[in-house]
Amino acid sequence: MREIFNDEQKKLRGRFMEMGIDASEQIYLATKSFLDKDVKLAQEVVDRDSLVNEEELVLEKQALKIIALHQPLAAEFRSVITVLKASSDVERIADHAVHIARETLILDDLRHELKTLDEVDEILANVTAAVRKMLEDVLDAYVKGDEQKAYEVANADLDIDRAYATAQKIVISEMKDNPKGIEYGSHYLTTVRLLERIGDHIVNLAEWIVYSATGHLVELNPGKADRRQIDKAAKENTKKTKQQAPKTEDK
Amino acid sequence: MLEVKNLKLFYGDNEALHGINLEFKDKQITALIGPSGCGKSTLLRTLNRMHDDNQNVRIEGLVSLDGKDIYQKDTDLLDLRKNVGMVFQQPIAFPMSVYNNVAYGLQVAGIKDKAALDAAVEKSLKQAALWDEVKDMLDKSGLSLSGGQQQRLCIARALAVEPEILLLDEPTSALDPISANKVEETLVSLKGKYTMVAVTHNMQQAARISDWTAFMMNGDLVEYGKTKEMFISPKEQRTDDYLNGRFG
Repeated sequence: MREIFNDEQKKLRGRFMEMGIDASEQIYLATKSFLDKDVKLAQEVVDRDSLVNEEELVLEKQALKIIALHQPLAAEFRSVITVLKASSDVERIADHAVHIARETLILDDLRHELKTLDEVDEILANVTAAVRKMLEDVLDAYVKGDEQKAYEVANADLDIDRAYATAQKIVISEMKDNPKGIEYGSHYLTTVRLLERIGDHIVNLAEWIVYSATGHLVELNPGKADRRQIDKAAKENTKKTKQQAPKTEDK
Repeated sequence: MLEVKNLKLFYGDNEALHGINLEFKDKQITALIGPSGCGKSTLLRTLNRMHDDNQNVRIEGLVSLDGKDIYQKDTDLLDLRKNVGMVFQQPIAFPMSVYNNVAYGLQVAGIKDKAALDAAVEKSLKQAALWDEVKDMLDKSGLSLSGGQQQRLCIARALAVEPEILLLDEPTSALDPISANKVEETLVSLKGKYTMVAVTHNMQQAARISDWTAFMMNGDLVEYGKTKEMFISPKEQRTDDYLNGRFG
């Protein structure tokens, strides 16, 4: 029985990793389609949406089966619950990527309305790289049960929030100067916002990894509507990171 | 308050319990879990001196009930076992009527008043969640009841003498799931009235019914804590391993 359970757990973890990697790929392709104005690529991202959705369904079924048949407890219970809950966040991340691709498709018809926002494009490229790094780090933290790394990922989201606020300002300013480009600009705002939301979902993943490693349910993603709150959260999370560090060394 | 301090038990030269320290919380259920041979039933049996008849057993340390050492020479064993009742794995209904099965302890104690006996039998059967099923067949043999009913009859018998503590040695392991569920519900309903200590191999049962859990291994108490916490985030790796069946 033990071997069957280990095998099931291994499969579950493997599939969760695959799902995470696919979601990361979707983020990359979606933002690339947006920045390159590549309608064909955007359509490919939209078409691939069902892949991650199906992966989530398979994971859920497998996790529920493990809970029903093997009734895991303690660390193994936490690990299965983590996959069950975290897979929903990964699915949402992939959904946001698809929405970015849809923005590319809509934007194609409006290109004449606003001059290219190079500065924002650069922010978008940087944020995309940063959220993918966060996602990869959080998956790595999951595999290693590394609570410390999960906290670090949550901290990294604060930079995403800052970049979001900066990009938002630039786009709004452009929209004021060029009212004809308001509709175009609104799609830019949506895309930046979607990347920011992806960052939030990755922080949710980090929370589940902390739960898996320690059994503690934590909130690493308080509502951060303005810069003051972002800075406050940054301070608190830095404190948490420092507090957690010795624990990780103990392990 | 039932408490053991530095409790050691020897079977001949073999030390089976290595200095256990444990306070059983009043009016709550404590589950004793651990692999076979870890000493949990041995510990349970020290709590009402069930080892007394075994000449090969020697006990050191303290088992105290309400501040009194139960192993003192002047302890009245009948009083102790009335105060610390025990329910075993196999339901042991006596070959007598349902009524007499429950009234037995009181009758042995010399109570003859029919009204008092009637009241005690009804109260105990109600507490054991058996009254509705047997109220019209109190004269029938206890042996005619189902296994689950017999186990609740044994609980009623233990409760009739108004104990403070109820010891349960794998109380549902011989029962089918429905009967086991009835017994579990009965035990949960008795929280707040009696202090209960239950040995169980059924982890899900321990998780469902107990407030506190003590995990034992090789005669040691490895971990003791609130059940909800221990089953989700045990502090010891050995507890985690046992809960997930990596040994035992």
